Amino acid sequence: MKVLVPVKRVLDYNVKPRVKADGTGVDLANVKMSMNPFDEIAIEEAVRLKEKGAATEIVVVTIGVAKAETDVLLTARAMGADRGILIQTDDEIEPLAVAKLLAKVAEEEQPGLIILGKQAIDDDSNQTGQMLAALLGWAQGTFASKVEIAGDRVHVTREIDGGLETVDLKLPAIVTTDLRLNEPRYATLPNIMKAKTKPVAKKTVADYGVDVTPRLKTLKVVEPAKRQAGIKVGSVDELVEKLKGMGVA
Amino acid sequence: MKTLVWVEHDNQSVKDATLSTVTAAAKLGEVHLLVAGKGVSAVAEAAAQIAGVGKVHVADDAAYEHFLAENVAPLVVQLMDSHDAVLFPATTTGKNVAPRVAAALDVMQLSDILSVEGPDTFTRPIYAGNAIATVQTSDKKLVITVRGTAFDKAAATGGSGTVEAVAAAGDKGLSAFVGAEIAASERPELTSAKVIVSGGRALGSQEQFHALIDPLADKLGAAVGASRAAVDAGYAPNDYQVGQTGKIVAPMVYVAVGISGAIQHLAGMKDSKTIVAINKDEDAPIFQVADIGLVGDLFTLVPELTEKL
Repeated sequence: MKVLVPVKRVLDYNVKPRVKADGTGVDLANVKMSMNPFDEIAIEEAVRLKEKGAATEIVVVTIGVAKAETDVLLTARAMGADRGILIQTDDEIEPLAVAKLLAKVAEEEQPGLIILGKQAIDDDSNQTGQMLAALLGWAQGTFASKVEIAGDRVHVTREIDGGLETVDLKLPAIVTTDLRLNEPRYATLPNIMKAKTKPVAKKTVADYGVDVTPRLKTLKVVEPAKRQAGIKVGSVDELVEKLKGMGVA
Repeated sequence: MKTLVWVEHDNQSVKDATLSTVTAAAKLGEVHLLVAGKGVSAVAEAAAQIAGVGKVHVADDAAYEHFLAENVAPLVVQLMDSHDAVLFPATTTGKNVAPRVAAALDVMQLSDILSVEGPDTFTRPIYAGNAIATVQTSDKKLVITVRGTAFDKAAATGGSGTVEAVAAAGDKGLSAFVGAEIAASERPELTSAKVIVSGGRALGSQEQFHALIDPLADKLGAAVGASRAAVDAGYAPNDYQVGQTGKIVAPMVYVAVGISGAIQHLAGMKDSKTIVAINKDEDAPIFQVADIGLVGDLFTLVPELTEKL
């Protein structure tokens, strides 16, 4: 079974986002960009399925600027993906259009399973996997903390409000990853060197004949209202008094 | 505008997340509800009591019992013939189903809205709440998920909606429910609790987490939360997690015990009315957002606090 893993290049999760003074967005000039952390978990899960013999080939795809090739596709191949597809564009592509492009890739590649991160840590949309499932007419196992292939079905344990839920899905299917699914391995330097020989197909958005015109217009981006630091109390007794004053004790 | 609100429920009662979603929908226009589930007549009756609602569409079928997206999304899509917008609470059910509806309608979803600025304009958090974007949509139909803590709850009673049955769209045969492990708890639910006591990595172990946090929460009638660090370390289950990747909460009082205050945790609780922090490091970032701080060793302070309350 072939596994397709779409990944996104985002502001590195260790970098504090800074809102641009003109209110047009978050400043991404000269800051470290990396693979979305949930997508690393997706790659790791695909690699583990291959190590267990449940997957035969891992194809990683990204939609973005030329630098996405070195920033994320190389990392993904160093972690264990077999080949990459870069759909190059300098435009910001919304989740709906991303899902449409990925549906085209899925038609070409015919994967048995597509694993995606549950959300990207830049726009926090949490949409692409579910949208892709809708467009393909496939089952979806979102927010996965456990994935088990059983013949032509996949069992997905999902993180839901209040606990866990397990669903049994018909393959091909979509899985989106939650944090506890696995702990991604590091892309080691020797593996990064080796990964450079694994192929990457370069495409453009136009190759897929998908209308990617944005539906949303960002009017402005601002920093959230800041909380002011309050007071420090010197003892538990003072804290108890404050809590009583608020009517909670 | 005619809006449809997804009623969050467990086939027995209406969940509070529904009420804040109704408030958001009312800012757009007429509010109708959808109750999809199995054996949900009591839920539908209760939903009809929510202040300001019109029709309550009820789809009662075994295919909807577990809210499988493959089955419920086509039902919502069908109802969108006669509605202009659909709003889901940003719960795990809402987040699972809404994008499947949006893609089927060829609509770009607006996730996790914080406010309604106009019929096509909304604010929403990006970058873990480190920035707030105002976005305007050009889509004819709207698909929205609503951040519960950003809207007041509509009154659960006083309304007089009319219940109307909807023909079920059936089981699509793509997915089946196997089982669930829902943590049974006497305590209030995290997202609707008035008081929350949360523990961090400084608790040191699962045993100490429960030995210190649980009695304090019991004294305060509080829900129990945890930082991602505490969850990652195995001190608390994942459904306790408060933060960007966990639950977003805004209680009256949030007590952070042994939590340093990482950005991703603050993203989940900084809208709490009052934040109380107990931490031994007086430079911990949590004190920059806390209204009341207490510096010291939590292993002596927390039992003392529990005892004196």
